[in-house]
Amino acid sequence: MPGVFIILLMLLLGNGLSSAINGIIPGSVIGMALLFLALLSKIIKPEMIRKPAGYLINHMSLFFIPVGVGLMTAWDLIASHWLSIIVSSVVSTVVVLAVVGLVQQKMEKK
Amino acid sequence: MGTLLNNELFVLTLVIGIYLGASFIYKKSKLALLHPLPLCIGILILILTLTHTDYTTFKKGSHMIDFMLGPAVVALGLILYEQYEHVKKNIVSILVTIFAGALSGILSVGGIAWLLGADRVIIETLLPKSVTTPIAIGISERFGGLPGLTAVIVVLVGVFGGIIGPYLLKKLGITSRVAQGLAMGAGAHGLGMTRAIELGAVEGAISGLAIVLMGLMTAILIPIVNLIMDLF
Repeated sequence: MPGVFIILLMLLLGNGLSSAINGIIPGSVIGMALLFLALLSKIIKPEMIRKPAGYLINHMSLFFIPVGVGLMTAWDLIASHWLSIIVSSVVSTVVVLAVVGLVQQKMEKK
Repeated sequence: MGTLLNNELFVLTLVIGIYLGASFIYKKSKLALLHPLPLCIGILILILTLTHTDYTTFKKGSHMIDFMLGPAVVALGLILYEQYEHVKKNIVSILVTIFAGALSGILSVGGIAWLLGADRVIIETLLPKSVTTPIAIGISERFGGLPGLTAVIVVLVGVFGGIIGPYLLKKLGITSRVAQGLAMGAGAHGLGMTRAIELGAVEGAISGLAIVLMGLMTAILIPIVNLIMDLF
C-alpha cells in the first residue's frame, strides 16, 4: 500500500507542476522524473514500489485500450492521410534506429 | 447490449476479458503482428459499431482503465532508476545519443508528413510516434493530435522497427551491444525491447533505459518544435 501511495503522490505532484508550466509536459512524465529523483536521492527505497510498479508496467497495454478505441472517431482523417502517415512513420523509424545506433557506436570508439 | 455499455462495471469486465483473451492469443502465437492492443481495439470498435454505441459513452464507461495510464507512466521511473545504476559511466554518451535520436525522429516524421501534405492534426498525431504509448498519448493529446490514432501508429512503429531493427543494425555495421540496445529501444520502444532481449541481456536492459529516456526527451522537445511551428 505505501507503494500505491507513493506512485499516486508523484503523479499528483507531477500534475501540479505540469499545470504550472501550462501543461506543455504531461504530468505523468514529470511524475516519472520525480519518482526517479526520489529513488536516486534514497528518499524512497525501490522495494517500496516494486510490487505496484511491476503490476502497472506489466499490464500497460490494457490501459491504452480506451484511448485506442478513439480511433473509431478518426476514420475520415485516416482515409485522406493514410499514405503520408505510413511513409513518414516507416522512414522516420529507420532514421531513428540508424541515428541512435551510429551515434552511440561513434561515441564509444572515441 | 447497447444499454449495458453505459454500465461501468460491465465495460470494465468486458475490456479486461477481451484484453486477457487477446494477450493469450499473442503469447500462444508469438507473432508481433498479433499484439494485443490492435486486436482489442478492433474487437471493441466492432462491438460498439454493431450496438450503435458512440465513443463518448464507451469512454465514460471505461474511464477507470484510462485513469491507470498516469500511474503506469510514473511507474516507469523505477525502470529508469534500475537501469541508470548499471550505465552511470556511459550516461553522457547515452543522453547525447538519445537526444540525437529523439530530434531526428521528430523532424523526419513531421517533415515528411508535411511534405506529403498532412495537416497540423496529423502532424501532431505523428510527432511522438517513437515514444512508448502512454507517454505518446499524453503528448499527442496536449498538442491537438488524435491520441487514439497515435496509440495505433506507435504500436505499428514498434512492430515494424522490432522486425527490421536487428537486420538494419547489422547492415550498418553496428556491433556495440549498448548501441544495439539503445537503437532498438529508441526506435521501436516496447516491441524493440522484446527483440533486444533476444539479442542479449545487455541489449535488453539498455533498450528499457532507451524507451524511458526517449519518452522524456521527446516530451521536452515537442513543445519546442511546436513553438517553432507556431511561428510559421
